Amino acid sequence: MTRVIQPALLFAALVLGLLAPGWLELFTIYEFTAYLIMAVLALSLAFVWGKGGIMCLGQAAFFGLGAYAWAVGAINFGPGLAALAISVAVPAAFAAVLGYFMFYGRINDIYIGVITLAVTLILFNLINSTSGPQYRIGSALLGGFNGMTGIPTLAWPNGMPLDPAEIFRLTVIVIVASIVAITLYLKTTPGKTAIAVRENEVRAELLGYNVAQSKLITFTLGGALAGLGGCLFANWGAFVSPTIFSLVQSAQIIIWVIVGGRGTLIGPILGCIALQWATTKLGTQQVVQVNLVLGLVLAFFVLVVPQGIVPMVTGLLRRNSRTGPKAEAEQNA
Amino acid sequence: MSGEIILQARGLGISFGGVDAVKAVDFELRQGELRCLIGPNGAGKTTFFRLLSGQYTPTRGAVTFRGKPLAGLKPWQIARLGIGIKTQVPSLFEGLSVQENIDMAARRRLRGKAVAAVVADVLDHIGLGDLRHRPCGELAHGQRQWVELGQMLAMKPAVALLDEPAAGMTHQESLRTVQIIRDITQHSAVIVVEHDMDFIRLIGDRVTVFERGAVIAEGSFTEISKDPQVRAAYLGRKENADA
Repeated sequence: MTRVIQPALLFAALVLGLLAPGWLELFTIYEFTAYLIMAVLALSLAFVWGKGGIMCLGQAAFFGLGAYAWAVGAINFGPGLAALAISVAVPAAFAAVLGYFMFYGRINDIYIGVITLAVTLILFNLINSTSGPQYRIGSALLGGFNGMTGIPTLAWPNGMPLDPAEIFRLTVIVIVASIVAITLYLKTTPGKTAIAVRENEVRAELLGYNVAQSKLITFTLGGALAGLGGCLFANWGAFVSPTIFSLVQSAQIIIWVIVGGRGTLIGPILGCIALQWATTKLGTQQVVQVNLVLGLVLAFFVLVVPQGIVPMVTGLLRRNSRTGPKAEAEQNA
Repeated sequence: MSGEIILQARGLGISFGGVDAVKAVDFELRQGELRCLIGPNGAGKTTFFRLLSGQYTPTRGAVTFRGKPLAGLKPWQIARLGIGIKTQVPSLFEGLSVQENIDMAARRRLRGKAVAAVVADVLDHIGLGDLRHRPCGELAHGQRQWVELGQMLAMKPAVALLDEPAAGMTHQESLRTVQIIRDITQHSAVIVVEHDMDFIRLIGDRVTVFERGAVIAEGSFTEISKDPQVRAAYLGRKENADA
């Protein structure tokens, strides 16, 4: 049954996402595009942490690198496929190099969290200190703490840039395609190995699986997906600044994933959208501080619903289906 | 003994903080052999297994597998060469189902439909077909032991190291475990570490006795059970051993 329901829901979400811009106001499209772009970032961490068991606290680093790589690529080579490829390749390569030293150096989970977070903050400081005309890549000025403005938007082959509705639809397609791709990947031997490594590294190794290599593949793929999200972000706002690498940004992603349910792919996406929407609404009032509320939400979920919303709901539904009238009738028979 | 030597240790030893856990062990295992390793707690049997499987790096001596030295190889490389291990405390993919645990062992050497065929066959052998979708974290201790033995069946290593496969089992469960071990011996040379002498008697072929990190006796079950050094090691009658 699940085999039919899940693809059907995904297809329905795709159709709804493609049609939605026709009904929504421009501001709403713009607002929800931002939520969906962040959902790509949440999905990347759901894959790396939830499926691969790698506690990466620096997923924002790959997102930021993807955004900056798009900006530099689009300014130098035009807002086409070459810049798109660069915006995915740069964070993927960065993740591969960082991952190589971490995983082949046999660094354990806690330190991976610390290192990835530290690397993100180093990037924050590094990009912050690139003010001045000497900090340029080709004709792209990095802009230091002011960031990069006027970034060209992805264009069709005829040179027409994508409008906000098209960027919304593109983001929906990226999310659905990523969920399908990750689901299919997890059915392959490297995908199953990633999950096995999450469950028990020692057993995976004793069965002959190269644990370091498996983690490196997962980490790199997650970095590439986060980079793609960053590329969409730079396209959405035509602006990118060092705050993309900030501690707040890194912490938010973890909260989205924990609240949505880190063992699932859909949970972190829903958690991300719901929390961003709530954050925006809370931001319109002056009574409580938004980050304080987010902290309370995180504490509540860690203590009361540690598995997250989606696993909790699916668990309850499964239990109800077992104890429903049909099951009772079967038991009484 | 017939069959070529498949696994050999020469002067193998390891020290932890100056204490010799295993000291200068010479050991040979032949193709198709079923060897039992016995000894009191702390004799160094599990440490010896960890040296053979690459989990520990020896401080002296060497291990060769089919004549090839294993020095410098990582545990996953040694496993790929054909040395499988069932650990003392069952080490499984706890959140994955019984079927998925067996699948991961079969998938290392097989592809496509052959994996599903082997998994079905192994589930049948270990008698956990009805629990195939149950996460291993929810299984009873004996069932967990069988899943790990099932992984050895699916992996078909040239050498299977089985560390206390019947620990914590009832007599009936032990009998079933004996049968599973016999199934493993169809494709693998096997070394079994066990404390239960009745169990050793059931599967016993050739027995090696460890004490304080060294091999003190080797022979058939009858031979070693009469050996005064072995009796002293197990019963603590040092004076008899010296006599």
